[in-house]
Amino acid sequence: MKQLWLTAKLDIVESLRARWFQIYTLVFGGIVALLFLFGLTESRVLGFIGLSRLLVTYIQLTMAILPIFVLITTVRSVAGDREAGVFEYLLSLPVSLSAWFWGKIVGRYIVVFAPVFLAMLGAVIWASIQGIEVPWDMFGYYTALLAVMAMCFLGIGMLISSVARTTDMAQGAAFMVWLFLLLFLDLILLGVMIQGKVSPEIAVTLALANPLQVFRTAALALFDPQLIVLGPSAYVILDLFGATGYKIFALAYPAALGIVSATMGYFIFRRGDLP
Amino acid sequence: MIQFNNVAKTFRKARVLDGISLDIAIGERVALIGSNGAGKTTLIRCLLGEYTHDGSVAINGLDPRSNRTAVLGTIGFVPQLPPPLKMPVGQLIDFSASLCGTDPQRIHGIAKRLGLDVESILSRQFVRLSGGMKQKLLIAIALGRDAKVLVMDEPAANLDPEARKIFFDLLAERLDDATMIISSHRLDEVSALVNRVIEMDMGKVVLDDKVADAVTLTAKLACRIALSRFEPAFAKALDGWNIASHDEGKLIWEGEIAGPDRLRFLGIISRYTALVSDLSLSEN
Repeated sequence: MKQLWLTAKLDIVESLRARWFQIYTLVFGGIVALLFLFGLTESRVLGFIGLSRLLVTYIQLTMAILPIFVLITTVRSVAGDREAGVFEYLLSLPVSLSAWFWGKIVGRYIVVFAPVFLAMLGAVIWASIQGIEVPWDMFGYYTALLAVMAMCFLGIGMLISSVARTTDMAQGAAFMVWLFLLLFLDLILLGVMIQGKVSPEIAVTLALANPLQVFRTAALALFDPQLIVLGPSAYVILDLFGATGYKIFALAYPAALGIVSATMGYFIFRRGDLP
Repeated sequence: MIQFNNVAKTFRKARVLDGISLDIAIGERVALIGSNGAGKTTLIRCLLGEYTHDGSVAINGLDPRSNRTAVLGTIGFVPQLPPPLKMPVGQLIDFSASLCGTDPQRIHGIAKRLGLDVESILSRQFVRLSGGMKQKLLIAIALGRDAKVLVMDEPAANLDPEARKIFFDLLAERLDDATMIISSHRLDEVSALVNRVIEMDMGKVVLDDKVADAVTLTAKLACRIALSRFEPAFAKALDGWNIASHDEGKLIWEGEIAGPDRLRFLGIISRYTALVSDLSLSEN
């Protein structure tokens, strides 16, 4: 355990000094600041006003940015460190491979989640000071959603880093994964459905296997519990899970996907050449 | 102490190590030499448990891959190229010391002996240090614990003559209780440090020879050079070795060099042979 925390601490310190982390923090802090600046708390959409409106917008933007950011920065730094000889040196020290790999994940997770959460927390604190009502339920669920989103894509990123031997390959693979998930949000699904080649149930199942879609639907469900904007797909989802069931699924499935991916990554990492 | 038993490593279709079998006893100081691509670094990585391979590697009977913590706790490693670590120097020392179960002050002490004042650079990023400072720090981390095996890849390449002298002293202090493997692509760089030479080529051991252990690591040589005329470039080179001139015309130069550095020193002198009218090296 001591080795794991030492490695986690090391990764946090390395990340805090990296350029990507500064940009990452600036992006999410900047989003919240801009949302306040443009008076989003005073605008009204679908009955949402105040901080809930801001949180809805924030989570939508986060869903667009966080996955690709986490994927690319994770594979770049892990594969880049391996290429640059960082692994050769640090893994010559007496640290177990499990402590090293999981320590890196823990450290990276804290670094990835903290700015996204702190930006949202900052918005809540500011709203409290300004006397704007804080939707605590929504804040709590969004926090959990962001936490599993970070876990999911960090796990996938670590799996890619373990498989790819060069930074270029890792970066390319991460981008392809993200693009694949993105296309399966609407484009490919709509295409196959319009052609009538698959039943709506299968299309919805495919969509629900896509963590990006799971997050999108979960965020949507908070301000549209009947998922009216999804059309007929809503019936399948709500029949299958129910409103509360889906909220739980949206947390459990991506978290499991992230953990399974990271575990696969660990076994590949310990089986092969380390540097 | 260290056994390589028919170790082979293949990258894609290239066979980088081809059935290496070696026995290295405690107290041996081995020069691992060979041209680029001979397989030295791959062999070292197999020894550190970083590469999977055919055959077996054992240190005190333990496989370094499956007993990482136990085996690597006894190995001090200095890489050829310092890793581009962004962490502050203080954290690197604390991290290494904590994993190796040693006192960070011991590492500070060795760095200080090598001429590196760690206290003043604790918060500086490792990657921002000069090449020589990085090398001194990595040596200090490797020697600042009770390592039974020292694996060093061109360890003195970036050190100035004064630091090299101290480095040899530090190695001399470990002669009785440590096995050393020093990798280099040039024998003259390490010849004076070792008592066994293993040369590799195309992934095979092509020479395995014991060498006379005549040069002690702590030996010092008094040096006197007389020049036929003053040459600023040569003066600068001698100054780098702490050889100084006290006469007005700067034609007589005197100083002291480390015994193991004699070949390297003569290599420098050989560039200015035409200027040298008299040269003496005598053991103190």
